[in-house]
Amino acid sequence: MFPTPIEKASRFVQVGYKILLPVALFLWLLPLIGVAITSVRPAGDLAAGNYFGIPSAFAGVENYTAVFRDSPIGWYILNSFKVTIPTVIGAVALSCLTGFALAVYKFKSNLVLFFLFVAGNFIPFQILMVPVRDMTLRAGLYDTTMGLVLFHVAFQTGFCTLFMRNFIKGLPFALIESARVEGVSEWRIFRHIVLPLMRPAIAALSVLVFTFVWNDYFWATVLVQGQHAMPVTAGLYSLNGQWVAAWHLVSAGSIVAALPPVAMFFLMQRHFIAGLTLGATKG
Amino acid sequence: MSNAVSPQSSVRPSSGFWKKNQQTLAPWLFLAPGMLMFVIYVLVPIFQSIWISFHDWDGLGEQVWIGFGNYAELLDDDTFYVALKNNLIWLVLYLLSIPAGLAAALFLNQTVAGIRLYKSLFFFPFVISQVVVGLMFTWFYAPDFGLFSKLTEWLTGEQIAVLADERFVTYGIIVAGLWPQTAYCMILYLTGLNNINPEQVEAARMDGAKGFKLLWNIILPQLGPATFIAMVVTVIGSLRSFDLVSVMTAGGPYGSSQVLSYFMYEQALSEYGFRMGYGAAIAVVLFLIMMVFISLFIVRMLRQERNA
Repeated sequence: MFPTPIEKASRFVQVGYKILLPVALFLWLLPLIGVAITSVRPAGDLAAGNYFGIPSAFAGVENYTAVFRDSPIGWYILNSFKVTIPTVIGAVALSCLTGFALAVYKFKSNLVLFFLFVAGNFIPFQILMVPVRDMTLRAGLYDTTMGLVLFHVAFQTGFCTLFMRNFIKGLPFALIESARVEGVSEWRIFRHIVLPLMRPAIAALSVLVFTFVWNDYFWATVLVQGQHAMPVTAGLYSLNGQWVAAWHLVSAGSIVAALPPVAMFFLMQRHFIAGLTLGATKG
Repeated sequence: MSNAVSPQSSVRPSSGFWKKNQQTLAPWLFLAPGMLMFVIYVLVPIFQSIWISFHDWDGLGEQVWIGFGNYAELLDDDTFYVALKNNLIWLVLYLLSIPAGLAAALFLNQTVAGIRLYKSLFFFPFVISQVVVGLMFTWFYAPDFGLFSKLTEWLTGEQIAVLADERFVTYGIIVAGLWPQTAYCMILYLTGLNNINPEQVEAARMDGAKGFKLLWNIILPQLGPATFIAMVVTVIGSLRSFDLVSVMTAGGPYGSSQVLSYFMYEQALSEYGFRMGYGAAIAVVLFLIMMVFISLFIVRMLRQERNA
C-alpha cells in the first residue's frame, strides 16, 4: 500500500492526520457549505450584510417553499426527469446491442466502428450545434423534451458503447461458444446468456448517464427556449437573472437542482465509481 | 440439383439463408439502431457543420456560398485570438487537476474510521452540475460580500472583484472548473492506487526506497492507465469548457473571458445575430484542435487494443 499506512506512523502523525481530515474536507467543500447555509438564511440577514455569519434564524422552510411557490422550478425539475429517464433507457438499451455486436463478432470494420463511437464521444458539442438545432426545428421537436431526448440518446450511445463493449469483452467467451455449438440463435445468446451478466454494467451506465444528462446545460439552452420544456439547469440560470441579489433563493434553487444526481450518487456509489474509472486500472 | 437442398431448409426454407449467414448478419442487426442514431445526430452533423462554415447563413434564409470568407474574417477578429489564448490557458491550468487529484488521492488512501465517507464527500463537486458550481463560485467571488473579495481585502487592503476584472476573470473561472475536475482525477487515482501491486511496493521498501522516490519510481509507473484517462478527460474537458463561462461571465467583461466554445454559441445563437456560418467556422476550428488530441488518444488506445 502507498503511502505508508497511517497505523505504522507515530502517534503524533496519526492524531494530526485525523484532525487534518475534517479540516481539509471543510475547506474543500467550503463553496457548497456556504451555499447550503445561505439557503436557510432569512432574507433580512442578507440585507443587513450578514452573509457569512451564523444565520439569525432558520428560514429553510420559507426559502425552499418560496422557491417552489414563486418560480417554475418544480416544473423544470419535472422536465429534467422527462429528459433524463427516457435518455437513460434509450442509450443503455442501444448500447447493450452495439456493445454486444462489437465485443462478440469478428468482422472487418469492427475496430473502425468501435473507435468511431469512442471518438464521437470526445468531440466538441459546438460542431454539432447548428445542424442538430436545425434538424430538431424542422422535425417540429424544437422546444420539446423529446428533441433533447433524441439527441442525448444518440450522443450518449458513443460513451455507452465503449463501456458495454469493454465490459462484454471481459465476460467468459466460452459461454457463448458452447451455446453456439448447441445451435442457440444469436439473439437468444444475447437475450438469455449475455444480458443477465450485464447487470452491473447496466447499473453503472444508468447512474452515469443520468448524472451527465441531468447536468447538461449546453443542449438545454440550444434546443429549448420556453419554460414548458426547459430542464432545471437552464431554468436555474434564467431564475438567477430574476433573483438578482436574492442569494438565499438562488442557493435554495441550486440545492434543489443538485439533489437528484447527488441522491443517485449516494444510492449507487459503487456502480457510479466503477463506471467512471473503467479502464483506469488496466491497459 | 434438387438433392443439394438440405432437408432442414426444405422444411423451413425461409430459415436456410438466415441459418447460414447468421454470424455475418447478426452483428449488423445488433448495430443498426445505435448506429442509425449516431450517424444522424453525430456523424452527419459534423460534415454539415463543415459545409455550413463555407456559407453566410442566418439559419432561416438562403445559404450563400462564401468559400473561406468566414475563416478569413475569423483571422481578423480580435475576440477569436482572445478566445484562443484563453483556451490555451484553460488547457495548461486545467492539467493541474491531475497532480492535485493525485495528491488528494494519496492523502485519502488510508484506512481509518469513516474514510469511505470522506472519499465520497471529496468527490462530491463532480456530481453537481456546472451551472450550480458556477453560481456557487460567482457568489464566492461577489464584490463587497463574497468570501474571496473579503479575503483579498483583508490581505491587501483592496478588494479584487475577480469576475469583473479583465486580468483575473479567466483564472477565476478556471479555479471553479478545477474544483470538480480535481475530484474526478482523485477518484481515478484512488482506484489506481487500489490496484497497485503490494509485493512490488514491499520489495522496493526493502531496498530502502521511500517517500517521493518510491512514488516516482514504483507507484507512478503503475498508475499509468489512471494518468492516461485523467489526461484524456482533462484535456477534452478544458477545451469543451462552456457551462462555467456562460454562467459566470457570459464571456465578459468585454469579451476577456471568452473561449472558443462560448464564442461560437454567442455568434450563432444570441442577440448578436444568428451568424450560423461564422459560428460553424469557429466550431470547425475548435473541432480541428480537438482532433489533434483525440487522434493521439485514439492511436494509443488502438495500440493497447492490438496488444490485448
